[in-house]
Amino acid sequence: MTVDTTAAAAAPATGESDLPPTTGTRVTNWAANYIDERTSISGLVKELGRKIFPDHWSFMLGEVALYSFVVILLSGTFLTFFFQPSMAVVTYNGSYAPLKGIQMSTALSSTLNISFDVRGGLLLRQVHHWAALLFIAAIGLHMLRIYFTGAFRKPREINWIIGFVLFILALAEGFTGYSLPDDLLSGNGLRIINGMVEGIPVVGTWIDYLLFGGEFPGTAIIGRFYSLHILLLPAILVAALGAHMVLLIVNKHTQFAGPGRTEGNVVGSPIMPVFAAKAGGFFFIIFGVIMLTASFVTINPVWLYGPYDPSPISAGTQPDWYIGFADGALRLVPPHWEFMLGPYTVSMNIIIPILVLLVLLALVAAYPFFEAWVTGDKREHHIADRPRNAPTRTAIGAAGVTFYGVLWAAASSDLIATHFMLTVESVIHVLQALLIVGPFISYHVAKRICIALQKKDREVALHGFESGRIVRLPGGEYVEVHEQLSDYERWKLVSFDDNAPIMLRPNKDGKITAGARLRARASNWFFEDRIAPVSLTEIEQQHHEHAAVES
Amino acid sequence: MADQGTGSGTDVEKYDAAVPTGTGIVTSDRIENPGFEPVRLRVSELDPKKDKANERRVALMFGLSMIGSAGAIAAYIIFPIVPGDPGSVRTNTFLLGLGLALGLFGIGFGAVHWAKSLMDGHDLVEFRHGTRGSDATRAKAAEVFHLGNKESGIGRRHLIRNTLIGALVFFPLPGIVVFRDLAPAADPNQLLKFTMWKKGTRLTKDPSGVPIKASDVTLGSVFHVIPDGLNDLPDKLEQKAKAAVLLMRLKPEDLHVSKGRESWNYQGIIAYSKICTHVGCPVALYEQQTHHLLCPCHQSTFDITHEAEVIFGPANRPLPQLPITIDSEGYLVAQSDFHEPVGPSFWERKH
Repeated sequence: MTVDTTAAAAAPATGESDLPPTTGTRVTNWAANYIDERTSISGLVKELGRKIFPDHWSFMLGEVALYSFVVILLSGTFLTFFFQPSMAVVTYNGSYAPLKGIQMSTALSSTLNISFDVRGGLLLRQVHHWAALLFIAAIGLHMLRIYFTGAFRKPREINWIIGFVLFILALAEGFTGYSLPDDLLSGNGLRIINGMVEGIPVVGTWIDYLLFGGEFPGTAIIGRFYSLHILLLPAILVAALGAHMVLLIVNKHTQFAGPGRTEGNVVGSPIMPVFAAKAGGFFFIIFGVIMLTASFVTINPVWLYGPYDPSPISAGTQPDWYIGFADGALRLVPPHWEFMLGPYTVSMNIIIPILVLLVLLALVAAYPFFEAWVTGDKREHHIADRPRNAPTRTAIGAAGVTFYGVLWAAASSDLIATHFMLTVESVIHVLQALLIVGPFISYHVAKRICIALQKKDREVALHGFESGRIVRLPGGEYVEVHEQLSDYERWKLVSFDDNAPIMLRPNKDGKITAGARLRARASNWFFEDRIAPVSLTEIEQQHHEHAAVES
Repeated sequence: MADQGTGSGTDVEKYDAAVPTGTGIVTSDRIENPGFEPVRLRVSELDPKKDKANERRVALMFGLSMIGSAGAIAAYIIFPIVPGDPGSVRTNTFLLGLGLALGLFGIGFGAVHWAKSLMDGHDLVEFRHGTRGSDATRAKAAEVFHLGNKESGIGRRHLIRNTLIGALVFFPLPGIVVFRDLAPAADPNQLLKFTMWKKGTRLTKDPSGVPIKASDVTLGSVFHVIPDGLNDLPDKLEQKAKAAVLLMRLKPEDLHVSKGRESWNYQGIIAYSKICTHVGCPVALYEQQTHHLLCPCHQSTFDITHEAEVIFGPANRPLPQLPITIDSEGYLVAQSDFHEPVGPSFWERKH
């Protein structure tokens, strides 16, 4: 059910239906009737056609991810018509002169053919790669938006998990796709995977052997990654994406606080026609941006790298940016973390980075449940928080972003060193220190900034803002006039969830359990330095004071 | 305003009193939601001329889109790829992409402009309902499960239930077993522990396979080396991934040779595995002045004067040394295979 907020739009519909039907409407009516009598789709249209979507620029990030995924599917399908996922050795005989006569895998040879012998082939390869990069970047930013606005709270925890799965799948899709051309750069990436898997205790050697179908590099891995890349992973991805969308519809979108917006409503544009036009148009804009980038900017020029060979490598080797955090974790390990356990080799220089990454990802997945436990709040939350109004959450997020960022920077440690004329050793040592200290610093900085902003909001809500108008009072005193906010403007500053630490109380058996103690401590950590929203009493007091001054 | 009861009143009032709020504070001292702001009409709603102008603008963008798409088709045909001319690939890619981009942008910006300037832009309100099903619906759902249990007897017939669970646990196991043949029958541990180097194998240049005489290796030079005969093997890459070697010549007095390795170098010519002991990248960067080998992947650094011990980076073990000497014709040859497995560490490496 939707209600219009304007009187004008609530006026009865004009008598269009009274007009004699034109040929166009007759055809539409016939088609609509034909389909409905066979699918009863009218129910769906009635249910969803005027569904309301709230507006905010940050809500577009998920859309960007969705639309770039569609572009990936379209361009990827085109590429499959030409790409041959085989590691059989051929002598390259295509148009690219510098590699003529060189032995390479069929995979690379067909990739070169797509690039140099198929019209539009290079363009669509680059569309595919740029779209993939945009896909993962948009997912990352979308996750940050959800996190920092608390949009993962009840009832959206499950959709957070589905989104997390989508993020992991996107990384897996990215890595498998990146490996397919079987060029020197991606081959070295696979070599690193090979070395990492071999470093897993007990089963690593065998998993690696089975994965590569024998010794590295073997002749199987490209074909296997191809199956994963175009069949298994996309199938799971599409299913998870579908579930993500269904839950989005069931839960309805969050909205930011604003006049008239409550936890009990959703305010915005209906799917038909405004949201459909905006979102549909936005899809074409995203596609256009990708297309324009792909026609202007080269990405992954495999012809410059040449075929994979285990011996050569180029300086400054690094993975696509989204794998950077994993590569950086490997780089930051100090020497000699490997030891012998009896006759067995334990590669802590591999195991620890893998564990760090797994724990980081697990924390991301688990955060909504952790916060739900801390607050004990079982209400549904549909108003998105401004990040400043949840200082501890925002600070934890900032710490996480810093940790990720340091790992990410570490993946380019050698390039940082050469660009800024530093030694690699000093760059690594600084990043190692930052990995430990950095999150604490950003935690505290972010928290202080949030609280400062909250205080400023209070100040503005209570006393208004500086108008820049200087007035001389009869007594000769100069004051700057403060302008009061309108009720609408003030509402945005004062309407946020207020939380206070739990009071530790005995349960009905008269006991204080360890769990309750822990939870009380956690809630204290979260909310001890809270800034309460401006209350009604405060506003009224303020008005009295103003009135007193003015009279 | 048609928002009675939807746009005003504080949200806390909407909460069911029975739902625990945890740390959340519910107070009656909250400022009232002021309700919706008065609607401001857009210029196109006030001025029919602006309305018409916007309509023309939208149509213009859709028109440009058609021109872009037609241009893409034209570019595809008029600027084909000329074999042997990389410039033609660039032109084709660029113009085709430009046409397609215009075709897409025209639709995109046209639709968005239409939505923003001409369509009814007033906010609408939809009510939310709690996500949980109503008590009646939930009771119906519970009834379904109850009937399912009653009519199948799964809760009662323990024998059936337990054997079913057993069958479901066992049925995926063959699915694990069938993956054994992802790799050949051989034991990877045996394969990983040996390379194709053996006594008398000549050291040859990578990738040409030309044998190297000791006299070719001048002081300070470095050679990328593969075993003689590697290029003729069907499993060339797999063998190369283990057998690649770096050959360098240092002043013999610069080398710190440990006991038992005195005869492994030939007059200061030394050969080390090129495969990093961290995760297997080629350790291809040689710093001539410091005699350090650097892995470009993760910056593990090995000191060649100290038998390639790790002086920086995540690697743990020195690069394995290949014992070398010369044959009767003066060519460098291996004395034997490496004395330990090369490349990344693995669990059973020393087993």
